[in-house]
Amino acid sequence: MLDAIGVDSVAELFEQIPAPLRLDRPLALPDGLGEAEVYERLSALASRNADAEEQVCFVGAGMYDHYVPAIVDAITQRSEFLTPYTPYQPEISQGGLQVMFEFQTAMSELTGLPVSNAGLYEGPSSVASAGYLAMGATKRRRFVASRGLHPHSRETLATYSQGYGAELVEVGLEGGLTDAAALAAAVDDETAAVFLQSPNFLGAVEDVEALGLAAREHGALLVVACDPMTLGILKPPGECGADIALGEGQPLGNRLDFGGPSFGFFCATGEQIRRMPGRIAGETEDVDGRRGFVLALQTREQHIRREKATNNICTAQALNALGAMVHLAWLGRQGFRELGELLAQRTAYARERLAAVEGVELLHEAPVVREFAVRLAAPVSSVLDRCAERGIAAGYPLAREYPEHEDGLLVAITERRSRAQIDELAEALAAAIAAERGALRSDGGQKTPQPGGVG
Amino acid sequence: MTLATETPMQRERARTIYEKSKPGRRAAALPGAGVPERPLEELIPAKLLRSEPPRLPEIAEPEIVRHYNRLSRRNFDLDSGFYPLGSCTMKHNPRLNERVAALPGHARLHPAQDPRRAQGALELMWLLQGSLAEICGLPHVSLQPSAGSHGELAGLLLTRAYHADRGETRTKVLAPDTSHGTNPASVTMVGYEVVKVATNERGGVEMDDLRAKVDDKVACLMLTNPNTLGLFDENIAEIAGLIHAAGGTLYYDGANLNAVMGHSRPGDMGFDIVHVNLHKSFSQPHGGGGPGAGPIAVSDRIEPFLPRPQVVRRESDNGGGPTYDLDHDRPRSIGRLRGFQGNFGVFVRSYAYILSLGADGLAEASETAVLNANYLKARLAAGRAGKRLPVAFDRHCMHEFVLSGKPMKKELGLATLDLAKRLLDFGFHPPTVYFPLLVEEALMIEPTETETKESLDAFADAVEQILAEAEQDPDLAKSAPYTTPVRRLDEVKATRRPVVRQSL
Repeated sequence: MLDAIGVDSVAELFEQIPAPLRLDRPLALPDGLGEAEVYERLSALASRNADAEEQVCFVGAGMYDHYVPAIVDAITQRSEFLTPYTPYQPEISQGGLQVMFEFQTAMSELTGLPVSNAGLYEGPSSVASAGYLAMGATKRRRFVASRGLHPHSRETLATYSQGYGAELVEVGLEGGLTDAAALAAAVDDETAAVFLQSPNFLGAVEDVEALGLAAREHGALLVVACDPMTLGILKPPGECGADIALGEGQPLGNRLDFGGPSFGFFCATGEQIRRMPGRIAGETEDVDGRRGFVLALQTREQHIRREKATNNICTAQALNALGAMVHLAWLGRQGFRELGELLAQRTAYARERLAAVEGVELLHEAPVVREFAVRLAAPVSSVLDRCAERGIAAGYPLAREYPEHEDGLLVAITERRSRAQIDELAEALAAAIAAERGALRSDGGQKTPQPGGVG
Repeated sequence: MTLATETPMQRERARTIYEKSKPGRRAAALPGAGVPERPLEELIPAKLLRSEPPRLPEIAEPEIVRHYNRLSRRNFDLDSGFYPLGSCTMKHNPRLNERVAALPGHARLHPAQDPRRAQGALELMWLLQGSLAEICGLPHVSLQPSAGSHGELAGLLLTRAYHADRGETRTKVLAPDTSHGTNPASVTMVGYEVVKVATNERGGVEMDDLRAKVDDKVACLMLTNPNTLGLFDENIAEIAGLIHAAGGTLYYDGANLNAVMGHSRPGDMGFDIVHVNLHKSFSQPHGGGGPGAGPIAVSDRIEPFLPRPQVVRRESDNGGGPTYDLDHDRPRSIGRLRGFQGNFGVFVRSYAYILSLGADGLAEASETAVLNANYLKARLAAGRAGKRLPVAFDRHCMHEFVLSGKPMKKELGLATLDLAKRLLDFGFHPPTVYFPLLVEEALMIEPTETETKESLDAFADAVEQILAEAEQDPDLAKSAPYTTPVRRLDEVKATRRPVVRQSL
């Protein structure tokens, strides 16, 4: 090979790097390991995590411990889906492109909006992308967001806003729901978009239709973040006046993976189609008239449009969207609705069961589907530690992101959480709270300081 | 070629899963609620409920499996053949990485788990951060960005925060005319104006043009080195000096890091911020367009602004081992770029890759990538491609190189696109076409280190054969491909009158 190139050594090829910039030592990294050794090393690290196989997981807050059917793994692990690049050559990428088209159809059905893209990175950054779209569509630079929008989404939107130069105004919650009067007062003629989430971060189902009127009145876009697993039973955002419906796709066919990779979904009215971020597959024909699929509307995208692109996204989450599509096909039309009902029934049971525990009360009484918030009459962090000792991850503490709910705990239900496990959670909470209160009393009534923050 | 000679795959017309749906069929058997049930309307007001379930397919499991297996056969993939897509680093994806990522301790770990009960995951992130810092030659790493373009956005927001902290307002970002499309797109999203810098006759940054454009309004210069022509810019030290003297930051688009691992480090070249595409250099499978991850490595002066939370390591004061935590208390941080901690599953795979290769293995990977690219360039130059498809800048390349199809188009009437489509019939994924924009009829070839000499030879032979056949009958390539599941598709129609979902 060197002869063909006309050099004596590979080192000669690296001489184009000026000598002072060549690393004159090996990288300070360990020597390579054999496959079995790497497996042992990674397996040892994994064993130091309390995963949902080891603990009964009632933690949600945007990502949920759903059962991912075996066919999702079987299909997403196929080389033909796992190892290609973005389908720039449609003639040899019909499989992936058709999956995108099917996925877009499914997400469009779920959200009740006619246009879906093929997926974005994940939930919160999709919210920020909606902000960028709204600025382009309205030529305005002000966002109004409900405090019920996921804290990570609000913070990501704020981060992006520093860049594209938008102002972000927050509207508070009343009784677990967006304060409608405050929202109406906050939206003005300079507002590019109103951001709501339903169910909101505290699990409460918002009246999106009523809240959205403020956006309509002032010509702002209505952006609704939603949990796809609730859309088998909840009225879709598209029927509530949303211009954009988006969210975290993890509950559909994706593992927890300590936070990613998953995908974000992004649907909109037909009016926004040329402003959409991300890849979109479209149906077309080949030269012989056969049906086929291609990346449509590429003139929106960075590789064609460069600085005038509607977004900078390039690598998205095709494999994760495939997982979602297979999961949705597996659930099917009836199964998807049944799952939504199952979540609502078990959550109602869990909410009642927990509210009956001494030292637990509901943080709000708004309707919920699969997650609800309670207040604990003992330090949340200590209660969580005691539950963890019994093999239960009892929920998500609200204190960091909602200091007004320092005693708040968010509890999530999936189809994996049985009645017996819910009962066990109630008992564990009862015991933990009683023990903490006992500890408090023996402390002479002094409130014990809470141990360090929780992730 | 006509319909009469259709291949079996072509005869099998595309049918979507919705078209295979029959009312009442299903796959999932869900458990009963197992709790006392109440009418849904008692739990949630009727006006908030939907009247009809969404029209998802109704289909049994065996048919779902067949449907997606059929679809998979309509994809070309890296495991099936050579995929020399320039700038994309289509290297082998070790299956070990899939196995360790799927361990329940990784795959079923909730992202909001208390850090005290996720020590293995945080340690893995810490170790990966350290490895990337060493490879990039920059001390601090954030794993949060989800892809290269997300890393660019992060880097530009960091630049903005850095200057704001110094009380400076800067408006321009410089990028060479050979840059990736994501660069200018990211620049606009962060509210800067893009200023293009010209390329010199050796394929590097045109220094006079750069000098003319550097002033105190320049926030940042974004560069790829080796650049998108596959060439190392020898003037990088001088370029860095110019930008730093003017108070700007230097951003390294890490798409081409695979050329220099263990040989040269962006930090040592003077870069302040680097993104690393874990789905390129560090073997995360591309998944048909994601997932990936785009961690960033930065210098000391940029560190205070890194996204939160950051993984931190605390030494124990009672003789125990170190512990790991997530630090949210970073007052000068630009904030979050996404939910939770990043694409952890990608981190597991990339860390497994780094452990497998080690220091020597990474350096050797880059050496072989560069050797393979130069060999394929030489093989092509020795044949018809030497005349018809000359290399755009004739010098040794790094891990990839760019050919120009200009003579081919002029002499044979064959566009680069035609060559690309004809390669499909030969069982190859074509190189990247029409990029970089600077080169007319560009063809950008990146073979990577995981290809054998035999693969490279076979590809060179195919190009030779296509050019020979075009000398006899140029129309053959113009109508290619013939053997793929569908033939050339009408992309204009798909954009003019977009059909982006199935009507049900």
